[in-house]
Amino acid sequence: MDVNFQFDWSAAFGSIPYLLPGIPWTLLISFGGLAIGFFIGIFFGLLRISRLRWLRWPAIVYVEVFRGTPILVQVLFIFYGLPQLLGSPINALVAGIAAIAVNSGAYISEIVRGGVQSIERGQGEASLSLGLSRTQAFRYVIWPQAFRRMIPPLGNQGIISIKDTSLFSVIGVGELVRQGQIYIATTFTALEVYFMVALMYLAITWTLSIILRQLERRGLAGQ
Amino acid sequence: MSNTMNSATHPIVRMQKLNKHFGSLHVLNDIDLTIVPGEVVVIIGASGSGKSTLIRCINGLEEFQSGSLVVDSNELLPHGKSTKALQTIRTEVGMVFQQFNLFPHLSVIDNVTLAPMKVRGLSRDEAVSNAKRLLDRVGIADQADKYPSQLSGGQQQRVALARALAMEPRLMLFDEPTSALDPEMIGEVLDAMRELAKEGMTMVIVTHEMGFAREVADRVIFIHKGEITEEGHPEKLFDSPQHERTQSFLARVLKH
Ligand SMILES: Nc1ncnc2c1ncn2[C@@H]1O[C@H](COP(=O)(O)OP(=O)(O)OP(=O)(O)O)[C@@H](O)[C@H]1O
Ligand SMILES: [Mg+2]
Repeated sequence: MDVNFQFDWSAAFGSIPYLLPGIPWTLLISFGGLAIGFFIGIFFGLLRISRLRWLRWPAIVYVEVFRGTPILVQVLFIFYGLPQLLGSPINALVAGIAAIAVNSGAYISEIVRGGVQSIERGQGEASLSLGLSRTQAFRYVIWPQAFRRMIPPLGNQGIISIKDTSLFSVIGVGELVRQGQIYIATTFTALEVYFMVALMYLAITWTLSIILRQLERRGLAGQ
Repeated sequence: MSNTMNSATHPIVRMQKLNKHFGSLHVLNDIDLTIVPGEVVVIIGASGSGKSTLIRCINGLEEFQSGSLVVDSNELLPHGKSTKALQTIRTEVGMVFQQFNLFPHLSVIDNVTLAPMKVRGLSRDEAVSNAKRLLDRVGIADQADKYPSQLSGGQQQRVALARALAMEPRLMLFDEPTSALDPEMIGEVLDAMRELAKEGMTMVIVTHEMGFAREVADRVIFIHKGEITEEGHPEKLFDSPQHERTQSFLARVLKH
C-alpha cells in the first residue's frame, strides 16, 4: 500500500470546470425523463386500478417488464438495439431521456396506484352519495388527496432516477460521470475527480430533498 | 320542484322482495319496505344484521341481486345495471356516515359547496350563501374556513349533515351518525337531526340511540339476520314487542 498517497485538493478543484458542463446534461436527462415518466406513470397507474380487467393487464405487463429489467440493459437496448429495428440511429440524449422515462414510469405507476388505493373507501362513497359522477369524485376528491400522499415516494423516485443517469456514460452522453471519465483519462486523478463527481450528485439530490420537504410541509398544512 | 300531488300518495322508497348476497352470505332476505314522504324510519338490530347494507342499497352504494327498488320514481335494477337512475337518485338522496367522511383536503365551506357547484351547477356565490345558511342552521357558521381535522367529532358530523343538505335532498339516510362520537357530542348531532325531522324531512336512520328513536321515529324497524322481524310505531315496538327476538334484543340494548 502506498501510505504516502495524498488527496490532491488542487486536482479536485481543478476538475470542477470540466465537470460542470456535465450537470446540465444530468439534469436534462433526469428531469426530462421524469417529466415524461410522470405522465406514463399516471397513465399506467390508473389503468392498473381500472375496473376493467382488460385495461389492467397491459399496465401489469408494463410494470413487470420495466421494473424487472436493469435500467442499464434498457438504455443499451434503446440506444443500440432499437436503431436496428428503426433503421436509423438514436441520439444518445434522447435514448437517455427515454430510458429514464420508461423506467421511472413503471415505478411511478406503482406509486400512483398505491396513492389512489390508500384513500379510504368512504371518500369515494361520500362523493357518490352527493351525486358526483365517478370522474368528478376522482378529480375533486380522490386525486388531490392521493397526490399529496404521492409526493414523498415521487421525490424518492426522482432521486433514484437522477443517480441512474450516471449509468448512461456507457452510451457516451456527456453527463457528470462521462465528463469525469474523460478528464481522468488525461490526468489520472480518479480519487479526486470521482470525489468531486459524488459531491455534485449530492448537491443535486440534496437540493431536491429540501424542495420536497417544503412541498410536503405545505401539503400537510392544508389538513 | 317535483309534482306535489304525487308526493303525498307516492312512496319515496318502495323496496319489494329485495335480496342481497355477499358471496355465499345472504345479507338481505326478501326485504319489503315502503317509505312515504315526511316519514322518519329508524332501523335497529344487532351488529351484522344488515342495517347498513339495507340503507346503502337505497342510494346504490350496494348492489342487490334480486327484487325491485324504486326511489323517488327512479327504478334501481339488480346488479347495479341502472347507471342513469343511480345518478339521479344520488342527487336526490343524502347520506350521513358513521365516520363522517368529510373531504380532509377541503375547508368546511368547500366541503359543503363542492357538490352543489359540480352537480347542480350553482355559481360559487349561490353555493357559498346556501352553505353559510346551512352551517348556521347546524350551529357551526363560525367554522366555515377551518379544515375538518381542526373540528371536534360532533362539529364534523354537523358539517357532514350540512354538506348532504346542501344538495336539497328529498330523502336523508343516516348510518349510525353518532356511533363514532364521544358521548358529550352525541347530543348536538341528535339535536340537529331532531330539528330536521321537525321540518318534515324524510329520514331513514340506523342508530343505537333508543331514546332518540322513540322520540323522533314514526316507525321503528327491527331487523335480524337480514330479515325484517318486526316493525311498528316506536311505543308499540319498544313497550310491547311481539317477537321473541325483538324482546331479547331490546332487553340487551336497553339495559345500558
Ligand atoms: N363488503 C362486504 N363484503 C362481504 N361481507 C360484507 C360486506 N359488508 C358487509 N358484509 C357482511 O354483511 C353482513 C351485514 O353487514 P352490515 O354492515 O349491513 O351490518 P350492520 O347491521 O350494519 O352491522 P353494524 O351494526 O355492525 O354496523 C355482515 O355479516 C357483514 O360481515
Ligand atoms: Mg352498520
